[in-house]
Amino acid sequence: MKLTLKIWRQKNAADEGRMVSYEIDDVSPDMSFLEMLDVLNERLILDGEDPVAFDHDCREGICGMCSLVIDGTPHGPEKATTTCQLHMRKFKDGDVITIEPWRARAFPVVKDLVVDRSAFDRIIQAGGYVSAPTGSAPEAAAIPVPKEDANKAFDAATCIGCGACVAACPNASAMLFTAAKITHLGLLPQGQPERYDRVVKMVDQMDAEGFGGCTNTGECTAVCPKGIPFETISRLNADLLKASRG
Amino acid sequence: MTELFTEGAPVEDTKAPDGPINERWDKRRFGGKLVNPANRRKLSVIVVGTGLAGGSAAATLGELGYQVKSFCYQDSPRRAHSIAAQGGINAAKNYRNDGDSIQRLFYDTVKGGDYRSRESNVYRLAQVSVEIIDQCVAQGVPFARDYGGLLDTRSFGGVQVSRTFYARGQTGQQLLLGAYQALERQIAAGTVEMFSRHEMLELIVVDGVARGIVARDMITGEIETHLADAVVLASGGYGNVFFLSTNAKGCNVTATWRAHRKGALFANPCYTQIHPTCIPQSGEHQSKLTLMSESLRNDGRVWVPVKKGDTRKPADIPEDERDYYLERIYPSFGNLVPRDIASRAAKNVCDEGRGVGPGGLGVYLDFADAIQRLGRDAVAAKYGNLFEMYERITGEDPFEVPMRIYPAVHYTMGGLWVDYDLQSTIPGLFVIGEANFSDHGANRLGASALMQGLADGYFVLPNTISDYLAKGPFEKIDEDHEAVVEAREAVKGRIEKLLSIDGDRTPDSFHRELGALMWEYCGMERTDAGLRKAIDRIRELREEFWTRVKVPGENEELNQNLEKAGRIADFFELAELMCIDALHREESCGGHFRAESQTPDGEALRDDERFAYVAAWEYTGGAPVLHKEALEYEYVKMTQRSYK
Amino acid sequence: MSRSTPVATRPRPKTPSPAAGPLKRYRSSVGKKAVMAVTGAILVLFLIAHAIGNLKVFLGREDFDHYSHWLRSVGEPAIPHRTFLTAMEVVLTVAVLLHIWAAISLARQARQARPVRYAARPKAHENRYATHVMRYGGIVVLLFVIWHLLDLTFGAVNPKGGDAQPYDKVIADFDPSRWYITLFYVVAVILVGLHLRHGLFSAVQTLGWGRQRRYPAVRLAADVVAALLVIGFVSVPVMVTIGVLN
Repeated sequence: MKLTLKIWRQKNAADEGRMVSYEIDDVSPDMSFLEMLDVLNERLILDGEDPVAFDHDCREGICGMCSLVIDGTPHGPEKATTTCQLHMRKFKDGDVITIEPWRARAFPVVKDLVVDRSAFDRIIQAGGYVSAPTGSAPEAAAIPVPKEDANKAFDAATCIGCGACVAACPNASAMLFTAAKITHLGLLPQGQPERYDRVVKMVDQMDAEGFGGCTNTGECTAVCPKGIPFETISRLNADLLKASRG
Repeated sequence: MTELFTEGAPVEDTKAPDGPINERWDKRRFGGKLVNPANRRKLSVIVVGTGLAGGSAAATLGELGYQVKSFCYQDSPRRAHSIAAQGGINAAKNYRNDGDSIQRLFYDTVKGGDYRSRESNVYRLAQVSVEIIDQCVAQGVPFARDYGGLLDTRSFGGVQVSRTFYARGQTGQQLLLGAYQALERQIAAGTVEMFSRHEMLELIVVDGVARGIVARDMITGEIETHLADAVVLASGGYGNVFFLSTNAKGCNVTATWRAHRKGALFANPCYTQIHPTCIPQSGEHQSKLTLMSESLRNDGRVWVPVKKGDTRKPADIPEDERDYYLERIYPSFGNLVPRDIASRAAKNVCDEGRGVGPGGLGVYLDFADAIQRLGRDAVAAKYGNLFEMYERITGEDPFEVPMRIYPAVHYTMGGLWVDYDLQSTIPGLFVIGEANFSDHGANRLGASALMQGLADGYFVLPNTISDYLAKGPFEKIDEDHEAVVEAREAVKGRIEKLLSIDGDRTPDSFHRELGALMWEYCGMERTDAGLRKAIDRIRELREEFWTRVKVPGENEELNQNLEKAGRIADFFELAELMCIDALHREESCGGHFRAESQTPDGEALRDDERFAYVAAWEYTGGAPVLHKEALEYEYVKMTQRSYK
Repeated sequence: MSRSTPVATRPRPKTPSPAAGPLKRYRSSVGKKAVMAVTGAILVLFLIAHAIGNLKVFLGREDFDHYSHWLRSVGEPAIPHRTFLTAMEVVLTVAVLLHIWAAISLARQARQARPVRYAARPKAHENRYATHVMRYGGIVVLLFVIWHLLDLTFGAVNPKGGDAQPYDKVIADFDPSRWYITLFYVVAVILVGLHLRHGLFSAVQTLGWGRQRRYPAVRLAADVVAALLVIGFVSVPVMVTIGVLN
């Protein structure tokens, strides 16, 4: 396959950045999208050019490190798939592919396609945990959890923190990410004591980071590689309103 | 062989308590000194790595009141590769009333490790396992539950009890997020300072004691000095020396290798675990391998064509021209033989030229029989997710075409040598999780890696490190101290060197070549001649690396190729030590198979007379020095495994 | 001790004080959405009453004018003339203002949240047209409401002027010769309908009642209510223009 790649290049946070086109041939349909970029980078190095920086680590769809907005869609065209698991057979010979970083004020570009997602860590710091110091735990079987609650909590807990929800949201909102943690902990008995305090603190932090608000468009869920359910956002809303009523 | 290494004095675990095995952990905790809570905040600890071991250790040390600095190379501590563990975590809870006990978990682990681990350590691991589950449940880890709302378990890795707790196929992720959240809580509380996108490049040793690290800020390139009263390495395994492995791309040996160069002994580097059910390489561009759950072997049948070089489509190969080799060679275990045996058998048939798929490196895992027997829906319900993942990667539908699988490097049992307190041979340097060598012997059982990481981080290290820290307050070290300056300058010099070579080969091209070499000669099957050849080739290639590598860009920026090049440089040195270790261990045990040491029917043959010891290697710059730690078994009788 | 600059290129936001009072809660992005949902709900209830009232025009001049008169005299003599109507006007005005305030401040937050836009046109994965026209649609609806008040409430732009009887105003307004006014009304009301279609769904989600299994029903209910309102409102001007009512 022969492709034209239009890639966002930005030397560092201070640089303005621009789209640059690259031609690439000999792309095998069996390559993953990131392997295709590896091939491009190997060539750029030998040509004495700066290779394209992009985040990646596990390359099996679970660490949440890879990103990339591909032709306007975070993680590209395949549903419920991270960029690292997207394969080139989803593209056609001669395609022009636009590759951009996550775009959000809360995710400043570090270099090329790499952004800083530490805002997510700070949202978790604000309250995304159960305060259970090591050693203080009661016997694990002491608290039964209804299977359905456990399953729903699990569905929310599968969030990989990649930030595709923010990238896709027309408002660059971090609601799905925040709501996934609120829902995971809020559905379990262990999460109850801090439940309402948690939602207030996490939402405040989310706003302070400069994310936009949620307008319920559902774009986040549509691109989420783990399919975090849209209802998590409503559960967050319910908890916040309950907390606000005192 | 003497030209390759020399033998030094034996090494001894002086912290290991004696007495009845079930009292040793209590005895050690009681014997160790404690630090007064008011004094803890005056003591500082550096933790490198934020996986299950490092994340849980940093959080727990923070809770105890120490000043902690935590480092990871990823953009967030939540991304450490523990996150990718699928299967589950073992614990001797005996919730199923099926005869499990601490004693049995201990026994299974020692046996599974092919009698090359320490009894005291493994027993402690089994004891602590029950506390881990309690801790994780309290944090809100959503383990699988049954209809009564109680915790569900499954059996795993060929043991006879159901002791594996799991969270669908994402147990590692859920456990890691639990530890990560505990860590973030401590960051918010101010007890832990987090340094993400920082890579440790050197250990600072002052007067023989570990006192800090030199780290590179991966965004700005700044070379930073971080000093502390103790250093904990939780930097994971070194499977990426093979280039292709199931490890994350960033996993590397640099932190532990730098410590090794500063005097920490490296134990059993040749013990690597190779997982039989991975998706085979599809071409030269392949950057990593993806593991498919071992559970697939419960219903899939493994086969290759009888004929060499048979290029027919699998459906066109008649039944009598197929070789279901595992069922043929191991009639009683069939497709369910342990990992190392299944892996080696696959290699053997491929070596005979009967492999399938690109490059002939693959065997079929066929579900046609299962689909006929159970129905398509039942198979989909059991394995639907895995089939989807397979199809996403290969473009082939396992319902229509048999899957292709091939073994891949998955875990490394070797690591820095530590005593019962998890302290290395450098005082003040502790090593936990996959980075140390301690608990799995020559082979790790399924669902035991998560157990060990969390045991070390939550429960063992926080209790043992206090005995060391109680020696404080420690002398204050200055940034201008000779040893500190030397460490910093060494790092800068190395980076300058890498950037200045400006050769004609990319870092990855060297890594691929090194990996192929290691896979060929130090992979599933090792021979004397092969290992010697590999050592020569590694040396040549390393020399070539230092004259021909091309690292683009500069230090003062995000430079992913500079990061890679530094890691590859250390992999070269490790690779040589692995081969030397593999060469000296003239027996087969667990993940280490020496072709010269096998039973008449081709199975691994241990040599307990000569090799029942831990091989702990000392770095000299030249031929390494071997220090042996003798292994004694008081509670488990050593036997030969058989799966016929 | 040498310390690096933080990864982020801008100062990290401080965690807001968790001691913030309940009123402050409504200034969070989620709180503002709740304000929009509640005020929106008030406006929808009003629209339903308004539509039912409008339909009285089909019962004839007497009924319609009597209804209009009743609105002003309801509660008399217990309460003074026009008390009810004035109170309603106050409530509606406050609701509209709060709705607009929340919308503007969320829109501003959203705009700031994504300072650099995507080069590739972001794809809408949810394909719900209504969700993407809330802001512009809202502005058009507001302009329409102003015109509508000037027209049929104050009579300023009505051919009959402000003092005429309601029935006469309606008939004169949508006279066949003024077909363009009717067309304008129809288009505007459809926009109101689209606004409601997403607004109703969104309110349910924002107030915390959204769940995966309920979504199809909520979407359907929102569509039905919006459609009925559009039909109800459109029927009067259209019937006048085509001469059924005169």
